[in-house]
Amino acid sequence: MSNLQVSVYRYNPETDSAPYMQEFQVDTKDRDLMVLDVLHLMKEQDSGLAFRRSCREGVCGSDGMNMNGKNGLACITPLSDVVKSNKLTLRPLPGLPVIRDMVVDMGLFYKQYERIQPYLQNDTPAPAIERLQSPEERDKLDGLYECILCACCSTSCPSFWWNPDKFVGPAGLLQSYRFLADTRDTATRERLTNLEDPFSVFRCRGIMNCVAVCPKGLNPTRAIGKIREMLLADAT
Amino acid sequence: MVTNITSFGRSGLSDWLMQRVSAVILAIYAVFIVAYLLFNPNLDYYAWSGLFDQTWMRIFSLLAFVSVAAHAWIGLWTVTTDYLKSTRLRVGVQTLIILAIFVYLVWGIQILWGA
Repeated sequence: MSNLQVSVYRYNPETDSAPYMQEFQVDTKDRDLMVLDVLHLMKEQDSGLAFRRSCREGVCGSDGMNMNGKNGLACITPLSDVVKSNKLTLRPLPGLPVIRDMVVDMGLFYKQYERIQPYLQNDTPAPAIERLQSPEERDKLDGLYECILCACCSTSCPSFWWNPDKFVGPAGLLQSYRFLADTRDTATRERLTNLEDPFSVFRCRGIMNCVAVCPKGLNPTRAIGKIREMLLADAT
Repeated sequence: MVTNITSFGRSGLSDWLMQRVSAVILAIYAVFIVAYLLFNPNLDYYAWSGLFDQTWMRIFSLLAFVSVAAHAWIGLWTVTTDYLKSTRLRVGVQTLIILAIFVYLVWGIQILWGA
């Protein structure tokens, strides 16, 4: 009974003509392991299995993957959360090109992140010590700065699947609002101008897949709504 | 900067606002028509024709037609840019959609004001 049935996506473009699913039997010894632990047990059986991982505690955002149909971080997802009738299906994050097995090319995701200029811009002379914020101003950044860019949200978003080159995606837009909401940033108008086209922000249809999968419990849909409000206030 | 030339208002913000305003107008129009039909169970041609003879009803109806046109253009343009990846096919379908919307709009105006 403690043998877990795991089906995992395999693809090595150098040797395989097409991706396929490989079956594993993993002895969990009836423990409620994290999915990442199961992947390591599988790697003991087949050392060729490729996946990304680093901190194994939900901080680095390396091991985002699709577990039984839902995106999440393998290192902080216990089997009891995802396994149905003793079966677990692991696939790479949807919508991004696969490099090998569970490893995807995050290039498009980072390109959209770069596009929103994820750094503080301020054209006023720097004060002697620091740019102060009131506690209330600082509170506006809560729920925004915690994003670890694991890409679970953007790769669960159909709008990002269809237009990853034009739609910024929930992760990028959450970070975009993080800087729009920052009282120390003075590039608000330029940031908004870069977002008013029909794709960058407005391709969001508000289905909230991003909110459903975020391992940090963040709410990109709310941030996108705030960006829309700012655009509307600025242009009407 | 992402550019576009076949979307309704050439701007995501204006399209988004237009989509919502037209949706509200269509909701009000739909509720009105359904309520009118419910409150007039024995509706005949003369009552129906009399309703559309009044100027306010014609303006209201034309407003709803224009809203359908804008709403359909914005919505279907979005669908084509999501799912049609071949430029030739996408521009072709977009042209057909815009043409059909134009024909229906003129046809609707003719029905409203023609008789």
